[in-house]
Amino acid sequence: MIDLRIDPAWTAEILERFLRIETQRAGRARVVVGLSGGIDSAVAASLAARALGPTQVVCLALPHRLSSPASLADARSVAEQLGAPFETVDITPIVDGFLQVVGDPGRLRLGNAMARARMMCLFDRSAALDALVLGTSNKTELLLGYGTLHGDLASAINPLGDLYKTQVRALAEHLAIPEAVQRKPPSADLWPNQTDEEDLGVRYADVDRLLWLLIDARAGDATAVAAGFAPERVAWVRARVASMQFKRVPPVVAKVSGRAPGRDFRYPRGGSS
Amino acid sequence: MRNRTVALAQIAPTLGDVRANLERHIEIADRARALGADVVVFPELSLTGYDLQDLVPDVAIPRDGAVLERLAVAAREIDVVAGFVEEDPEHRFYNAAAYLSRGALLHVHRKLHLPTYGLFQEGREFACGDTLRAFGTAHGTTGLLLCEDVWHSPTTWLLAQQGAALVIVAANGPSRGAHPDHGLTSTRVWRDLLRVTARFHTLFVVFVNRVGCEDGLSFDGGSLVVDPLGQVVAELAPLDESIECVSLDADVLRRARTASPLLRDARIEFLHREVGRLRRLRFDLPDEPGAGS
Repeated sequence: MIDLRIDPAWTAEILERFLRIETQRAGRARVVVGLSGGIDSAVAASLAARALGPTQVVCLALPHRLSSPASLADARSVAEQLGAPFETVDITPIVDGFLQVVGDPGRLRLGNAMARARMMCLFDRSAALDALVLGTSNKTELLLGYGTLHGDLASAINPLGDLYKTQVRALAEHLAIPEAVQRKPPSADLWPNQTDEEDLGVRYADVDRLLWLLIDARAGDATAVAAGFAPERVAWVRARVASMQFKRVPPVVAKVSGRAPGRDFRYPRGGSS
Repeated sequence: MRNRTVALAQIAPTLGDVRANLERHIEIADRARALGADVVVFPELSLTGYDLQDLVPDVAIPRDGAVLERLAVAAREIDVVAGFVEEDPEHRFYNAAAYLSRGALLHVHRKLHLPTYGLFQEGREFACGDTLRAFGTAHGTTGLLLCEDVWHSPTTWLLAQQGAALVIVAANGPSRGAHPDHGLTSTRVWRDLLRVTARFHTLFVVFVNRVGCEDGLSFDGGSLVVDPLGQVVAELAPLDESIECVSLDADVLRRARTASPLLRDARIEFLHREVGRLRRLRFDLPDEPGAGS
């Protein structure tokens, strides 16, 4: 019953057109993408290269002193394979400056600061290049809220937000993303040896199936338990998805007029970025 | 009906830009005429785009206004089906489609079933139509439906009973991704539905769905023509714009209705009785004297 399979060729065709049309609608011809060396940003960049041409996809590696050197090498290999321009911006001085101001923020807040330093560099580059920032958050991350608000969650257009990690992997294989990138364990790389699955306490292969059942198939808890998921796991996922809704919506605007932005002033996104 | 050649205009309208879309319609209608088409069919809301939200009043036009008149006159050599937002004299807004012929407006269909669930918000934006009429054209009696309308099977049945041998379905069917077993999901679903519709009502179905993308919502296209035997006689490549001409062979209609006299065997009086009974139960209406139970 649980069926996460996608047709990667047709899915790539849809996403390429999405990227081409939405970039055009925003009056732009190129995108800026932060390449982490991981599979999501590699797939997003590859789709953009097919949609816009590789020279229109400006790839930024944004390493910090604590980042794994392998991440930078993998990011470079992705850009080289695509034939896309590649730049490296060391965010260490930005983050160090921030630490000077706030003191030791602890591991989680440091991770957030690093994600936001990267966002600042990407949006700055996009303004300089008249480009859009390409989002790379996948559906698993969006649903579980595994991302930094105004950090890696910030973008102008995101081709991957409705694809579970498992499905991004299928797409990566279709797009022939470098093997090393496809095989390594997913990591935010905010501190040494960090992995997503350890942070979340779940395996993507499992949680994607459960999310698909609860969200895409609109199943009830009893159905999920009957499908083999532990009741505590089902409850944890439901609570986590609900508590992270704030990361998936614009800020709350207090309505004190006859027509409030977002509530009863509703327009398609249109021409601006 | 008489043989006719239909041009399927699978396009991506520009959201909110009636003027640009109008010029595009005129240009494509010219091309379709040059290709030998008798009628060119554009998708639902082809003059405005789909995800309008608060743009609805900005793009709305009256049925007897300058935009449709210009299209009708410019395309006087060919019949045109185009989608637009109609504003009536009382300022209701409808998701509507016009059938233009010989320089004039022949018929307007106002969408009857406005999807307001999941990703759809049409019930918030539009008033719904109340009538369904087949109409005469130079090539035979024709019916017009908009997208969700055809998911309610009584609509096609009513058009068939009114004499329609061709039902034109203009649509904005959004993409739902792709599965390895059957490719683009929405294209497959539409194909199944329309094959059944054509066969059950023994008539031609011309389906024109848009392509393109609006704020992340993609449209698959997959426009097609099904004959009254349920055979897909033409299918446009999905996802991209294309114009294709398809000839409808009136003899297939006769053969289908001879082999499967479903139209002949429809029982209007029986249906009327049963619908009347449901109506009394559902809306708590008193029995009418002499009405069947």
